[in-house]
Amino acid sequence: MQKVLLGVEAIAQGAIDGGMSGVYAYPGTPSTEITEYIQHNKYAQEKKLHSMWSANEKTAMESALGMAYAGKRSMVCMKHVGLNVAADCFMNAAITGVNGGMLVTVADDPSMHSSQNEQDSRFFGKFAQIPVLEPSNQQEAYNMGYYGFQLSEKFGIPVMIRITTRLAHSRSIVELKEVIKENDLKLPSDPTQFILLPSIARKQYKKLLANQVNFEKDSEESQFNEYFDGADKSKGIIACGITYNYLMENYPNGCPFPVLRVGQYPLPRKQIIQLTNETDSILVLEEGFPIVEESIKGYLEKENVSGRLDGTLPRDGELNPDIIGKCLGLKVQKGDDIPELVENRPPALCIGCSHHDVYKALNEVVAEFGQGRVFSDIGCYTLGALEPYKSINSCVDMGASITMAKGAADAGLIPAVSVIGDSTFTHSGMTGLLDAVIEKTPITVIISDNESTSMTGGQESSAVGKLEDICKGIGVDPNHIHVIIPVPKNHEELKNLIRDEMNYNGVSVIIPRRVCVQKNRRDIKIRKAQNA
Amino acid sequence: MKTDIILAGVGGQGILSIATAIGVAALKNGLHVKQAETHGMSQRGGAVVSHMRISDKAIFSDLIPEGKADLILSIEPMEALRYLPYLSETGYIVTNTTPFKNINNYPELEAVLNKLGSLKRVVAIDADGIAEKIGSKLSSNMVMLGAASPFIESIELSSLEQGIIELFTSKGQKVVDVNLSALRSGKEFAEKTLN
Ligand SMILES: Cc1ncc(C[n+]2csc(CCOP(=O)(O)OP(=O)(O)O)c2C)c(N)n1
Ligand code: SF4
Repeated sequence: MQKVLLGVEAIAQGAIDGGMSGVYAYPGTPSTEITEYIQHNKYAQEKKLHSMWSANEKTAMESALGMAYAGKRSMVCMKHVGLNVAADCFMNAAITGVNGGMLVTVADDPSMHSSQNEQDSRFFGKFAQIPVLEPSNQQEAYNMGYYGFQLSEKFGIPVMIRITTRLAHSRSIVELKEVIKENDLKLPSDPTQFILLPSIARKQYKKLLANQVNFEKDSEESQFNEYFDGADKSKGIIACGITYNYLMENYPNGCPFPVLRVGQYPLPRKQIIQLTNETDSILVLEEGFPIVEESIKGYLEKENVSGRLDGTLPRDGELNPDIIGKCLGLKVQKGDDIPELVENRPPALCIGCSHHDVYKALNEVVAEFGQGRVFSDIGCYTLGALEPYKSINSCVDMGASITMAKGAADAGLIPAVSVIGDSTFTHSGMTGLLDAVIEKTPITVIISDNESTSMTGGQESSAVGKLEDICKGIGVDPNHIHVIIPVPKNHEELKNLIRDEMNYNGVSVIIPRRVCVQKNRRDIKIRKAQNA
Repeated sequence: MKTDIILAGVGGQGILSIATAIGVAALKNGLHVKQAETHGMSQRGGAVVSHMRISDKAIFSDLIPEGKADLILSIEPMEALRYLPYLSETGYIVTNTTPFKNINNYPELEAVLNKLGSLKRVVAIDADGIAEKIGSKLSSNMVMLGAASPFIESIELSSLEQGIIELFTSKGQKVVDVNLSALRSGKEFAEKTLN
């Protein structure tokens, strides 16, 4: 059977067909559609494959590891920065190893289309010393979701699939394979395998190290690494993941140089040596950091290798066929320049969004106290950084608004304000709030609650119906927890609340609550469709 | 034969419905398709673009190289201009004339339309006006697709109609009919402009 799928959807379908019993994830562009696809997939629904959202990437990774402990095949998905949150479990899962197959699917966002940075998850894969798969097209994305579990079980190790935005969000035709049955429940044969006490961990770590040569050998024989000979030996090209397509776009009649297409790491040593022996110089094409280039070139630069590290290609941002064509000395035919009258069109808060009302009120009150004291976080409300509000002074990582406000207050910037979304709060704001409560730090936390994880498309938020109780449970004085509906009519009341709480010498939480306009619209549509 | 299309617009305007209709039609014709979309932050009213590639041979890159697009199909006039570097020397622009003004510094509309008018091979169409006349403002994207259809040589109009039927069947026959008539009106307009 054939289907037209986004790159990320292809991974999802591959995992379903490959015998997966559950996916665990927290949304994040460009990885979100993997889990959404599984949630809406009929077969997955019938088989009750797990697909509910997790509170954050760490809880997701741990749950996936638990499922793999029990002998079943699991997948955990996230955007690149999500792996930072899940890194503790991730690094240790490489030591425990797995019982059932486990895929860690991470979507990187070079050029930061929707992200705070552009880190390269292959680095994390190398750090954990596990195999990494990187698809070059939608079919391969599917195949990696499908075969990834087998690779994982072959070595008893989690396997990473790394994809980047462009392929994640590009559609093409994918040929599906036969569905593999789920694994049966089965405990690990070694009952101590997952207990990382030093004595056991040392043994497990030696096992991981000993397996490195096997990982390399597997790469050398992998269907995802392919060597293409070429007549012109002046140059050999290593093309990782999607860059292979950008390369070939420039040579519709075939590339004149030998090419090694890389889709499985660690690098296939045999083919790399063949390429370096047969050619005068090596050009490395890779999306993200110059990881392959650096490892082949070495510190002593004994090999003639170029790429993103030596400036042959740009060090940052996404690659494309034009950049690669230019670097190979090919003529690129550009159209007219963009006319000067064309203005940038940055994203903005929707008309009627509740965050508008919050920022209007907040701006007026903060002006009374002095600027520079509003710490914010990641979500639609981050757009409050732009015109017309320019309300916020920080956006670093999920949950940081509360703890940065705390640190600033500790330094004497009193009162300090945190603006955080409901989903971000349950993702990783709660623990920071506990810190502030314990020390009675004078901060005012505004949880701008739109009952939705909106920035990533309106997924269910773990916070719905729980915020007041969570804050009370953490120990915030109930007299300083307020809920208000952020609408123009309540503008003065919201201002008064914010002012009063900023004057209070302790932790306060204000929850302006009104459902996201887009989420509301979607939910009405879904309900209509269900009733029809 | 290969057709490279840049689909442009503003997040929320629904360029993906056009892409889906073309995609379904291309598959019906047994063609290869690649379609890179913009998801994420820009969908909040930012500039969005989709690179749509159709070919009878295998397609490598998900992105269209600069200077290679056969068609810029834009449902917003200023957005049509943003992708000029992609347009080939023989490529066409088909654009809606209704501006989407969600920024304070949106240029004078007249200047935008004049700039478009100064280019060769441009079809500027009041898709919203035509859609309203047909009876559904919501069908303006299919008016745009109709206007672009003469330039998508690898796909017959009947396949696009099939695509629309598939896309809208779940919404009832009336919606299908409106969109089909939108497609035809757009095509007629483009053909008149060309002659
Ligand atoms: C560690 C990490 N995981 C995921 C994301 C992606 N992400 C950015 S904003 C956001 C949603 C935030 O939802 P909420 O806090 O409710 O704010 P809203 O967008 O609804 O205003 C997500 C999931 C991220 N930037 N970092
Ligand atoms: S999607 Fe929802 S939360 Fe985001 S800007 Fe629009 S209305 Fe506001």
